Amino acid sequence: MRSAGDAWFKRIAFAFAASIPVLLLAIIVLLVKQSWLSIHTFGAGFIISSVWDPLADEYGALPFIYGTLVSSIIALIIAVPLGLGCALYLSEVSRSKTKEYIAVMVELLAAIPSVVYGLWGIFVLGPWIANVVQPFLRSIFGFLPIFQGPYSGLSMLSAGVILAIMVLPTITAISREVFNSVPNYLRESALALGATKWETVKIAVLGPARSGIVGAVILGLGRALGETMAVTMVIGNRPEISSSVFAPAYTLASVIANEFAEAVSDINLAVLIELGLVLLFITVVVNGIARLMVWRLTSKVKARP
Amino acid sequence: MTRNIKEKIYLLIVFAFTLIAVIPLISVISYVFLQGISAINWDFFTRLPVPFGDPGGGMGNAIVGTFIVVGLACVVGLPIGIFGGIWLALYGNNKKGFVIRYAADVLSSIPTIVIGIFAYVLIVLVMKRFSALAGGFALGIIMIPTVTRTTEEMVKMVPRTLFEAGLALGLPEWKVIMRIIFRTAWSGIFTGIMLSVARITGETAPLLFTAFNSMYWNFAVDQPTATMTVQIYNYAISPFAQWHAKAWAGSLTLMFIVLGVTLLVRKFSRRVHYG
Repeated sequence: MRSAGDAWFKRIAFAFAASIPVLLLAIIVLLVKQSWLSIHTFGAGFIISSVWDPLADEYGALPFIYGTLVSSIIALIIAVPLGLGCALYLSEVSRSKTKEYIAVMVELLAAIPSVVYGLWGIFVLGPWIANVVQPFLRSIFGFLPIFQGPYSGLSMLSAGVILAIMVLPTITAISREVFNSVPNYLRESALALGATKWETVKIAVLGPARSGIVGAVILGLGRALGETMAVTMVIGNRPEISSSVFAPAYTLASVIANEFAEAVSDINLAVLIELGLVLLFITVVVNGIARLMVWRLTSKVKARP
Repeated sequence: MTRNIKEKIYLLIVFAFTLIAVIPLISVISYVFLQGISAINWDFFTRLPVPFGDPGGGMGNAIVGTFIVVGLACVVGLPIGIFGGIWLALYGNNKKGFVIRYAADVLSSIPTIVIGIFAYVLIVLVMKRFSALAGGFALGIIMIPTVTRTTEEMVKMVPRTLFEAGLALGLPEWKVIMRIIFRTAWSGIFTGIMLSVARITGETAPLLFTAFNSMYWNFAVDQPTATMTVQIYNYAISPFAQWHAKAWAGSLTLMFIVLGVTLLVRKFSRRVHYG
């Protein structure tokens, strides 16, 4: 027999649980409603226009979308090899106790607040990039337009590097999990055939783990796209599309962080909220794809005997 | 021969990449410690910020403000996260449960600054002023997915026999859930809550236009409030060396709290066993 208390408990718990999808819906609906003025006024041209002049009421999202995507791609170019190397060390190479310390250290990278990364970025990373990394890159790859122009610590490159550091723990942790989910008999079979450690990893680990690695990378991308403070503090905040990664840029999240509290007009506020909506859309789609890939792989591998 | 060389190159690359990966952590921690320690003193924790040029001053109001905003976030986020997680674990093996789990997943992938916009529209626009409440609300939403997920996992780990034993004693189901299941799962749930609290304590972006900032002591939840992270940000982007020192000192305080909680919880959670 069920008591009345049980029915009530179930109802109350359900009300709290159901408030999660309700909140999600409310976020999307309210953002669309509040940016309607901007969506209505500028239409689809908003996405492809690159003029940004709040005082003249001219708005285009392109420089911000460009900055968001390019800084995140730079982050991946740096973080993916490092993260995979780290994950291989943790799951395949090391058998010692150092492994545990390394794992904790990489995890701690994720616990450092974004604003602290930003502070460190302004005073330590930025100057190092302007004085060491950029001259080095120009001296070797200077014929490429992306490595030309004056050196600057506040640049797309600095933003990419700091994002790389921030997504490294995500990529490492998930790749490590994916490697661990590869069954041992695959490794043992390769070793039994006389394969070296590298050949074993190449044949028996990286192959089956491929789509999981892609998932880990895209999850890292999702994190990089939405990251705000550290990027805002080192990217230079200039709404221009430059061919050089030494030049300042701007991201969707950064322009919202900088201009939201000081929006000059209703349309300006609506535009900033629409930028938020664009950012929301990009990150949710990217994360959805990543989850699907990680989920498909881990369920497939675990289904084997 | 070439196989051996390839093997050596592989190991070298893996070691080198692992080493490179931990350098930023060491650099951040040592800079924050060295730069911060020289700017920290008792006044830093107890005094209000002073205008540029005046000596002394601190971040006392921002430290208090962070605790107020995080406290409000817990009021918003914990009931939804805990009860939502319990519901998902016990009654959520159906279509409704799938939708709620999916919504929590999507919610966790939304950038925190977008959550800040939501809190701005819902609270700041309606109240017509920035407030600690709006900041706490934004951080509370950010907590929900993590707390829901950990609660669900921890409750699911409680053995079914405990549940049946409770029912056999003649207790109503809800009492079994709250008095037996929840208490058994509590240490795991607590771990999840503290990790999530550590995370939101370090959040800046959603506070910029919700809790905003203040140069004064504030204990009213409907008023703009200073927080450590926003104060660090403002000091960091200022052109004054005197304020940069304050930003480092603030970072040291913040890292002490956030990394301290994270490490303690990790150490503690290893000792948790079920079954």
